[in-house]
Amino acid sequence: MLSRYQRRRIVNGINLMVSLITMILGLGALCWILFTLLRFGLHGLSLKLFTESTPPPGSSGGLLNAIYGSVIMSLAGTAIGAPIGIMAGTYLSEFGQRGLLAPVTRFINDVLLSAPSIVIGLFVYEVYVTTTHHFSGWAGTLALALLVIPVVVRTTEDMLRLVPNTMREAAAALGAPRWKVVAAVIWKASRAGMVTGIMLAFARITGETAPLLFTALNNQFMSTNMNHPMSNLPVVIFQMAMSPYDDWHDLAWAGALLITTTVLVMSILARMLFKKEQSDN
Amino acid sequence: MEHQDNKISLRKLDFYYGRNHALKDINLDILSNQVTAFIGPSGCGKSTLLRTLNRMYDLYPGQRAEGQILLDGVNILDRKTDLNMLRARVGMVFQKPTPFPMSIFDNIAFGIKLYESISRSELADRVEWALKKAALWNEVKDKLNNSGLSLSGGQQQRLCIARCIAVKPEVILLDEPTSALDPISTARIEELINELKNDFTITIVTHSMQQAARVSDFTAYMYLGEMMEYGRTDVIFTNPTKKETEDYITGKFG
Repeated sequence: MLSRYQRRRIVNGINLMVSLITMILGLGALCWILFTLLRFGLHGLSLKLFTESTPPPGSSGGLLNAIYGSVIMSLAGTAIGAPIGIMAGTYLSEFGQRGLLAPVTRFINDVLLSAPSIVIGLFVYEVYVTTTHHFSGWAGTLALALLVIPVVVRTTEDMLRLVPNTMREAAAALGAPRWKVVAAVIWKASRAGMVTGIMLAFARITGETAPLLFTALNNQFMSTNMNHPMSNLPVVIFQMAMSPYDDWHDLAWAGALLITTTVLVMSILARMLFKKEQSDN
Repeated sequence: MEHQDNKISLRKLDFYYGRNHALKDINLDILSNQVTAFIGPSGCGKSTLLRTLNRMYDLYPGQRAEGQILLDGVNILDRKTDLNMLRARVGMVFQKPTPFPMSIFDNIAFGIKLYESISRSELADRVEWALKKAALWNEVKDKLNNSGLSLSGGQQQRLCIARCIAVKPEVILLDEPTSALDPISTARIEELINELKNDFTITIVTHSMQQAARVSDFTAYMYLGEMMEYGRTDVIFTNPTKKETEDYITGKFG
């Protein structure tokens, strides 16, 4: 008969082992993906990637139009979605104590947060693309903005809630009106967290394929007109990877590596920023 | 005592947290340029009472006060009261220091800029004045651009007092201002309270009876939401009229 103490030690050891194994599995999968990306993607990396547009099969080219499109649409999507998300999140945290508006909004936002992104793409196709009768960069931007909003609403609300109530009381006690308390003190106190949320939202939409398939579509050529179909990395990768041409496969791998690196760097930057501000406070 | 003015008069004040009746029929006169202390065991309603004086409770749904609180004869519980103006007249310092996440200078300037449009040099003068009043100037004059959060706990609390003074309120409410501080910082703040009463009417909530005895001119002893006894501090502490007050003060209870 084992003593209680010995049994506890054994159970503790088993639990530790299990969590260690699952961690290794998770981390292993991630490393495998990164390793594969590097193996095939590095091969396709070259300066031409950033100076030439997507080529027809058999000739050489780069991803300039796709990179440009992705950057522009992601930036514009964030620029449209983030302010809406911040204002809505601020309302939920700071002003929505009374009434039903805030709880209902919060619930809908949670639904939106977990909605498959292809649904968002179809929605924008239905309300924007069918009314303007053409695919366009704006349609893609709109779809991406719709993906940004719920993420930013959630992170903003969570971050503002971390600010202790005493801070709100202290500002109010000086005779500051509500909006001033929020704008000058509460936002400042949670700035790092809010920026982190926006960066994570940006990182998420740079990799989204589904919402762009029905909205921005693709464009073989370099185009800066947001009212025309616009090329973008995820859709280009999708199409090139499905093609039978080897040189297109190389480009697709290089594009995938680019996106992954961008998302990785953004996430690391967001984390570093958050950590730094936390330790400053 | 008769020649002194009532700064604040409470008449039949009742306070509710939802259905919980937290303050019962409070009647009290707080005199100008005096320090009034609220003492009593935890949960007796002394902080609640303090928070009615600048209507801080208004931030939260479900909290309400009934009766009258007269500030210079005007009922601040009236619906027409401009809460922001009220809070500019009745400042408050909290239990835990609450510096804003900005520079020391901006912490003080924040409140001033809300109600006055003054030039940069006037603003700088006012910040210096407030910091000197709060006995913090010598320690921070070379680092006004540093974050308010970089100061020690005692310095942060004096920063909060300076921030409060800078708005030039008439009344200062102190809600256990030293309970998070070490004895040396506490002593400094008590000295400060003594000096500040020349310019302001001060009301302090404290857990420490010694502190109430040291800093206050008048003391109110509260128990279970009721005002048990109120009078000059020396009388309350040496010759209380009620047995409950005596039991609390002598440590038999509470």
